[in-house]
Amino acid sequence: MSSNAPVKNGHGPGEGSHQVLTFVLGNETYGVDILRVQEIRGWSAVTKIPHAPSHVLGVLNLRGSIVPIVDLRMRFSLDRAEYTTVTVIIVVSVMSAAGRRDFGVVVDGVSDVVDVNTEEVKAAPELGARGATDYIRGLVPVADHMVVLLDIDRLIGTDMTTLTTAGAATEAA
Amino acid sequence: MTIDLTQFHEAFFEESFEALDSMEAALLKLDIGAPDKELINTIFRVAHSIKGGSATFGFSDIASFTHSLETMLDELRSGGMQVTLSMSDLLLKSVDVMRAMLRAVQQKKPLDAQKVSDLQFDLELMIAQKNSAPPAPAAPAPSPAAAVSTAPPAIQAAGDTPAAAPATKRWKINFRPFPELFARGNDPLRMMRELSELGGLESIADVSTLPSFTALNPQSCYLAWKIQLTADVTESTLRQVFEWAEGDCELEIELTNPGQAEVASEAPAVAAPVVAVAPVVTPPPAPVAQAPAPVAPKLEAVPKTESAIEKVADSGSIRVSVEKIDELMNTVGELVITQAMLSQLGSKLEGPTAEKLRGGLAQLERNMRELQESVMRVRMLPINVVFSRFPRMVRDLAQRLGKQIELKLTGEQTELDKTVLEKIGDPLVHLVRNSVDHGIESPEKRAAAGKSPAGTVHLDACHRGGNIAVEVSDDGGGLDKSRILAKAKDRGLVGPNDVLTDEQIYELIFLPGFSTAEKTTDVSGRGVGMDVVRRNIKELGGKIELRSELGKGSKTIITLPLTLAIVDGQSVSVGGETYIVPLISIVESMQLKAENVSRLSGRGEVFSFRGFYLPIVRLYELFGVEPRTKVLDEGLVVVAEGEGHQRIGLFVDDLLGQQQVVIKSLEANYGHVEGVSGATILGDGSVALILDIPGLIRAMSMRAAA
Repeated sequence: MSSNAPVKNGHGPGEGSHQVLTFVLGNETYGVDILRVQEIRGWSAVTKIPHAPSHVLGVLNLRGSIVPIVDLRMRFSLDRAEYTTVTVIIVVSVMSAAGRRDFGVVVDGVSDVVDVNTEEVKAAPELGARGATDYIRGLVPVADHMVVLLDIDRLIGTDMTTLTTAGAATEAA
Repeated sequence: MTIDLTQFHEAFFEESFEALDSMEAALLKLDIGAPDKELINTIFRVAHSIKGGSATFGFSDIASFTHSLETMLDELRSGGMQVTLSMSDLLLKSVDVMRAMLRAVQQKKPLDAQKVSDLQFDLELMIAQKNSAPPAPAAPAPSPAAAVSTAPPAIQAAGDTPAAAPATKRWKINFRPFPELFARGNDPLRMMRELSELGGLESIADVSTLPSFTALNPQSCYLAWKIQLTADVTESTLRQVFEWAEGDCELEIELTNPGQAEVASEAPAVAAPVVAVAPVVTPPPAPVAQAPAPVAPKLEAVPKTESAIEKVADSGSIRVSVEKIDELMNTVGELVITQAMLSQLGSKLEGPTAEKLRGGLAQLERNMRELQESVMRVRMLPINVVFSRFPRMVRDLAQRLGKQIELKLTGEQTELDKTVLEKIGDPLVHLVRNSVDHGIESPEKRAAAGKSPAGTVHLDACHRGGNIAVEVSDDGGGLDKSRILAKAKDRGLVGPNDVLTDEQIYELIFLPGFSTAEKTTDVSGRGVGMDVVRRNIKELGGKIELRSELGKGSKTIITLPLTLAIVDGQSVSVGGETYIVPLISIVESMQLKAENVSRLSGRGEVFSFRGFYLPIVRLYELFGVEPRTKVLDEGLVVVAEGEGHQRIGLFVDDLLGQQQVVIKSLEANYGHVEGVSGATILGDGSVALILDIPGLIRAMSMRAAA
């Protein structure tokens, strides 16, 4: 099954550049490491999970495995958009201490695959609020605009770790 | 040519453990006095193959131990020794020790070497006693005694020899393997290595038979060796190194500087390498002459029978990793969903071709069902895998407790899922132990009660509907209800004037800690850790039931699902969502009338159900979804049961239908959700959550407490 396929981290030493999948969310363009992307699929109705954080919309059947769907707009506190047939879900793999997990991320649209030269990546500026930018790996100019490179492990992985431990705690109690 | 042998270790361990199981089973079947030849052969083969494997992998402790064991078994096989009770005990202990040794090596942990060497000593002593017996038939009385008493000095002598003779013995070994040597699993390199550990080694390879490169078969051995070894060892030690190649090579071993009086010290070592007792009674030349003779035919004979047996077994089964089967199950599960989607689409089409399409789809559906069932069956194993450990356990326990117990096993061929199988072992052990320990009375007590002195413990398994029922019954003393009740009242678990049904009284046994109290007062005593047993069974989605009659015995019935991969479920709808309630949790579904519902201040709503008041749980409230209706008599109530007869009324919009669903993990990618045990994929490809009723009740009571 696809869930057993090894996922390589594309930032091995000695590699000057790597490929990034960029997508649009509101007015911004974001990028994720393409090696973490499992697939891109259209929107379909999800099954709600009780007691889930508000940005976790529910779960979806992805070729036999149950995959949670995260709305990035809500995660980034943007205005909520309508889900239509052109809404896109990017399925990514997140690495955490518990191993590999697959997630679907709802975005406005997928734009492009770009080569990013590691040297061009600028560190994200401190924006004051603690922890607000720790999921941003850096900023990189592509063509005429700026792409925000996301650290998907930090963005979603930490959410889910706390969620799982919370679940385990109630279980133990 | 070095091959990394570690890659084969796991397979070796797995096979060895299995082989030991069959060896144990064979030992238990072995009749004292008149043993079945075939059984002894089975036992011998196990010891032999474990010895071979462990020698190849360099597990010298195991190889050495199994060698002693094999020597004794060989005596049994040839009829040189008779099976006695003490011997079968010794052999059973050997099985345990071998298991422990293998496990220790597997987990790379240290081993209780003392225990091993003690047992090995016992084995060798037994062989030595036998060896000393036959040559002195005229004086039978002194022979075993003499052997024992002379043992220490003999060992002493053996120990002394190396000190007295410094390493001056020079051996000339001519080792000329046949071309098939490699095919038999022998490695000359290993033998050389072993030799070099013994002393100074010089070897000359003879390459004269090496063919031209094009004619060379890489799997044949063309080389021969002339070896000079300077080591203070006996010939038998050297022969042991080549033991595995015996019959596959020409081997000449010669001592080039016969110095001390070797013959005497050498001779015994052939018969019994460590305990050099034999020479005291037996004339030395005899074993020397005999030793090579029996060894050679034995080695030739064994591979033949072994391969014949293995061939039979091989054609019957293959070893497949569980992972591969899971993958297969997954794929089939998806196929089923795809097929369901196609059927839905097909039913909407019109026209003549649509009719044909529907026919084809119906055919596909039938085939899919068969395919799914076959794949499920792949994971199924007979319950015998678990049952087979009980004969030994019951035998040992009965012996220790001084009871006579007959174990009856029926329905061993009943199949169930491997994952379930792995988890019911411990609860069953517990129940059987209870039956033997507390259920069956002592022979005297039984005789006094007019029963046969030998008690019976009966294990039975059978399929019942979509479930498997496993029963553990005994014809022992049974449960004393009044004592249990008195104890419970004593501890304040039951009100002093409460009247309980039998069912409720037995229920008390499952309370944590209850049984221990019983035990200390030594009443009927049954049920140590019954709460753990029940929890394990519940975790598997099963039920446990107890029936008993005072003085006649008791019976525990465990009902389990056949597999953990599939659950029989009732689909219910709440708003737009569909949930699956496992059928095993459902007692009844009903429509409530508003007048049957009463509100308790602060405790929510309750309704009367068969004389009990059950709380109403509104699923939409608990899960935060918008329902179709919030009015109780417009929806339905599913009476569901959690742990220990704890019941709730689950309020839902509607019931949809019953179906078997494939359980998918929600935790693989997400996390644990309170009140949900997993998810499944419905016919239309959407996901439905499977409710965990015990979890739901827990969550609810926690909420009430908060």
